[in-house]
Amino acid sequence: MSTATTGPYGSAHGLAYDGAAMLGRQLRRVRNNPGLLILTQTMPITMLLFFGYVFGSALAMPGEEYRAFLVPGLLVATAANGIMTGMFQAAQDTHRGVTDRLRTLPVSRAAVPLGQSVADVLVTAAGTVPVLLVGLAVGWRVEGGALGAAGAVGLLLLFRFATTWIGIFLGLLTRNEEAAGQLGGATFVLPLLSNAYIPTDGLPGWLRTVAEWNPISAVTTALRDLFGNAPVPQDAAWPVTHPVARSLAWCAVLLAVFVPLAVRRYAHGGR
Amino acid sequence: MTTTYAVLSEGLEKRFGTVHALRGLDLAVAEGTVCGLLGPNGAGKTTAVRLLTTLLRPDAGSARVAGHDLVREAAAVRRRIGVTGQYASVDGDLTGRQNLRLFARLHRVRDAAARTDALLDRFGLTDAADRPAATLSGGMRRRLDLAASLVRRPDVLFLDEPTTGLDPASRNRIWDAVRALKADGTTVLLTTQYLEEADRLADDIALVDRGRVAHTGSPAELKALVGAYAEAVVADRDALARAAAVLDRVTGAAPALDHERRTVGAVSTDPTLTLPRLVRELDAAGVPLVDASLRPPTLDDVFLRLTDGNGSDDGNGNGNGNGNGSNDGRELAA
Repeated sequence: MSTATTGPYGSAHGLAYDGAAMLGRQLRRVRNNPGLLILTQTMPITMLLFFGYVFGSALAMPGEEYRAFLVPGLLVATAANGIMTGMFQAAQDTHRGVTDRLRTLPVSRAAVPLGQSVADVLVTAAGTVPVLLVGLAVGWRVEGGALGAAGAVGLLLLFRFATTWIGIFLGLLTRNEEAAGQLGGATFVLPLLSNAYIPTDGLPGWLRTVAEWNPISAVTTALRDLFGNAPVPQDAAWPVTHPVARSLAWCAVLLAVFVPLAVRRYAHGGR
Repeated sequence: MTTTYAVLSEGLEKRFGTVHALRGLDLAVAEGTVCGLLGPNGAGKTTAVRLLTTLLRPDAGSARVAGHDLVREAAAVRRRIGVTGQYASVDGDLTGRQNLRLFARLHRVRDAAARTDALLDRFGLTDAADRPAATLSGGMRRRLDLAASLVRRPDVLFLDEPTTGLDPASRNRIWDAVRALKADGTTVLLTTQYLEEADRLADDIALVDRGRVAHTGSPAELKALVGAYAEAVVADRDALARAAAVLDRVTGAAPALDHERRTVGAVSTDPTLTLPRLVRELDAAGVPLVDASLRPPTLDDVFLRLTDGNGSDDGNGNGNGNGNGSNDGRELAA
């Protein structure tokens, strides 16, 4: 009496199949509502122009040099917003009952957060292109070769993948759309406590330590290094002095902590 | 012939902090039947459904759904059930068609597009299929929710308050759909606050009160147990006691008096009581009758009768949908 069915359940194959279906869902949501996407993508460009010309004229650094310094910082700061988008989406789905609907289906427990995070990385990749184009227009250049640039983009997307999982876990934890929106807004301060917008060597000692231990600083320094925009500061804290290796380590640690937490939270619904 | 149960639970318990939501739920739903879980808000109906659909893990007790153990074989259970409720919703940002195709894919339905089209057609959603689900009317949204739980024909369908807040026309469409599913052999477990809904759809009703099944039976059995609510309004207060005596005799139940409204009422235990007889008896006793009525029992009445009279006065019964407030201000006759 059952409807004809196909394909696998369970196993890695099942995870890939369900994950692909959930990825398709997220991309369809973006396609159904392109206005939101455009709005979120214009944000870093607006900030690049504002910061680049307003701060750029006030800092000791020459304006053009500051804008080249700023582009990698803004890309990483935007990638850190994965916490916000991941959290809001997961909380919205939970709040509106979509999460529970999916949990009653024979769907691999990791597929839903996986589909969400992969979709988010793809959208971020697309959103990086206009930021880089505007960056080129205001004086930023790739000065470290094509391989370095490819590595920079790859690291950026890996970082986004990690922050989205943090967000998904927090969203499943809050379960409330509005609370997630409020909390997500607070993540705006995270890049302010890093070297994304300013060099950290002018900060008071303790604040400089905090800022340099912020994963955003390591990833930003790595991007500046790979793009060839700025030298690696050698007097900085440990995570920043070998930025590429230590950024990869940061991403690995964040994923190792938050992927299992998010999947477990999703599977049990917290109860 | 032995009965096969699509849902069989024993002693299911669930606590949320200090709230003991389920205190040993025993439930047996025979395959191919419709079972109505009836009870006020807070009785534990929704918790029961969330447990039986694998959304929550029981703290104690066990259950088999569609032949599989709820906890140890949760994945197998999920393959055989459909769930529709306030908390199990489709994605409002996707269109109806996109939602159904997604769920069909996740259910491994071979021809997801054809199955989607068939369901859209069956639920009268074809014209609205390409609108975001969030923009659909309440009735359409509910039908889409129901369609989404049928993409792979479930053995057991759970409907949590499927018609709450719907207009009568939308409600009738959902009811028709449930009847059609039953005719197809699907077992349906539905929760409702409406006695009428359970009456129309269910083969069996389980009355849920404070985390337990307080009573089970067919709608007819339930109604026979409860009977109608008889009420008389008299011209002057002195006649209230006389009217109460008559009601006590014809209904077999202790009447409640409302001096302010000069009203006396009782839930009849005699299912054969008619309005003409009620009026004749009151008249013969010389009661100056202003108004008299005999109306079907409300959920209030059912609960007062079948749950030791405390179904709606301890904070459990705020939402008894079709209670019309007739209990307000009543006091038990001495």
